[in-house]
Amino acid sequence: MAVQETPVSRRLRSVKHIIIVCSGKGGVGKSSVSAQLALSLHASSPTARVGILDVDLTGPSIPRMLGLDGHGVHQSSDGWVPVYADARGAGEPRLSCMSVGFLLKKKGDSVVWRGPKKNAMIRQFLSDVRWGELDYLVIDTPPGTSDEHLSLLEHLAPVHSRLSAIIVTTPQAVALLDAMKCLSFTRAVTLPVLGLIENMSGYVCPCCGEISNVFSTGGGEEMARREGLRFLGSMPIDTELVTLLDAAESNEPDTASTAEVDRDESLKARSFELLQRYQKTSSAKLFTDIAAKVIQTLSSVEQTTAAISV
Amino acid sequence: MLAVQKPVQVPNPLSVPSNAPEHCPGTESELAGKADACNGCANQEICASSTPKGPDPALPFIRERMNSVKRKILVLSGKGGVGKSTFTAQLGWAFAADEQLQTGIMDVDICGPSIPTILGIASEQVHSSSSGWSPVYVQDNLGVMSVGFMLPSSRDAIMWRGPKKNGLIAQFLKDVDWGDLDYLVIDTPPGTSDEHLSVVQYLKESGIDGAVLVTTPQEVALQDVRREIDFCRKVGIRVLGLVENMSGFVCPGCKTESQIFRPSTGGAERLARETGVELLGKVPLDPRIGKSADYGVSFLDEYPESPASTAYLDIIERLKEILGDP
Repeated sequence: MAVQETPVSRRLRSVKHIIIVCSGKGGVGKSSVSAQLALSLHASSPTARVGILDVDLTGPSIPRMLGLDGHGVHQSSDGWVPVYADARGAGEPRLSCMSVGFLLKKKGDSVVWRGPKKNAMIRQFLSDVRWGELDYLVIDTPPGTSDEHLSLLEHLAPVHSRLSAIIVTTPQAVALLDAMKCLSFTRAVTLPVLGLIENMSGYVCPCCGEISNVFSTGGGEEMARREGLRFLGSMPIDTELVTLLDAAESNEPDTASTAEVDRDESLKARSFELLQRYQKTSSAKLFTDIAAKVIQTLSSVEQTTAAISV
Repeated sequence: MLAVQKPVQVPNPLSVPSNAPEHCPGTESELAGKADACNGCANQEICASSTPKGPDPALPFIRERMNSVKRKILVLSGKGGVGKSTFTAQLGWAFAADEQLQTGIMDVDICGPSIPTILGIASEQVHSSSSGWSPVYVQDNLGVMSVGFMLPSSRDAIMWRGPKKNGLIAQFLKDVDWGDLDYLVIDTPPGTSDEHLSVVQYLKESGIDGAVLVTTPQEVALQDVRREIDFCRKVGIRVLGLVENMSGFVCPGCKTESQIFRPSTGGAERLARETGVELLGKVPLDPRIGKSADYGVSFLDEYPESPASTAYLDIIERLKEILGDP
């Protein structure tokens, strides 16, 4: 297969694996799964370099979840510099992040864009961001199967052999229906699916320990079996994690602050802390298994696609 | 004499070709027909001709159709999965509980239509007649239109870019035989993009009575709602109020209330204060709401004793008050 050279393929040449996190339905935890996946992959090896790209243009949540609200993107001669979540950590930063949220002046600003503009933004994200060497690039997508997804797949076509997807769903019938649509989408564009994650599967009452299935349970596993997908695991609702990713303890960074440097410093300190605090939550342990399965499946999936494309 | 209209065919969404070029600048843009992307587009000449661009030819038809609709309410939220469709359905059911009122629900979430499932009419189809497409009726006075009725199977995905979604939304507004409606509730997809802009543009002449914003207590969702309020101000839609969904959870075992989605930044209450938008009410999380939605039954009818039902009804009562309806 003759692969055409494009600015995107040139830029992503140094990226080993690209994982697209998608789900038909909104609010099932795509962004939280993307953030957790990035953190877990980051922790999976002391040298793993992970990038996370948020292409949810009209509702970017990744900056908030990684505690990077209020950061801006800098230009360099070699393209846009992503924001590093662990800039304060020991050694080289290994967790880079890019989102339209970093480009907004105020967090209340809305991005009211039609398709063609979203398409151009996504192309810029893929071709102009200086990711450097990456082992994994996790791409968080908006709900649905529309402009963003089509653009993403179109621009990533030259690196198709390194692409794969993870589908996130909740156990409700309504969400499973949309997850099914998402699966049809991946099949239509021949995107290999690494597996399915069932999120929000049960809630443990902090008072009596009783498990309530707020959004019922088991639906994801059932769907995975029916469709011949690998079931990566189910994640119960973890209030600790919700609070952590919602950054409860942070003070809102004052955007008009003149003490820019101080603010940046404190933000960095907090976001590096995020990694350590994440590892203390019960979800982190569950997710370590999921990440391990992902890494394992990645190699086998990519071997098959490579074999097919040759 | 009766004017016989030509029946409008119900489209098969999967057979429509996707022929708008990728970088289409938009037909109203100054670059229309002149941009590089326009080369080779079938409509290039029409766009490039210097004749002044008229308004969308669909507009007069939409105006005519919407003449017989008294109130048009949008249900919005920046974030997905916060309960827009559930709220829309409850609102529809609550309006339709009054037999004197005619209510319509229009689902413009093209890529993930949930309304048919929530209302229990997932396997229905749309029929076309000489007066347009007939909505699917849940009960005599509650008609529904959604792209979900047009798909051959529920697993089919609609992979459409913006222009095609807009076309379908225009058809929903001009070709659907809504009849005389007291309320038309419009359920939207998450975000602030094509679908939202189109609905607003198409209904500009006939006027939208207002938007209800749905959120959950977390900051991640509130952030998106702030953007949505900004959107409403930009396009000039009145915000009727804010509904905080999934607000607190009562354990069925020990009856203690806990916060699954903790309002880390003061929740909708603080957002309402900051932005001057009214908080219509808070609906607690009840697992039976989700279950009712999955089975397609009305939560308000099934569990009238639930605190969530009371909350819903209070919100709907307040909404009517704001709209000035008895």
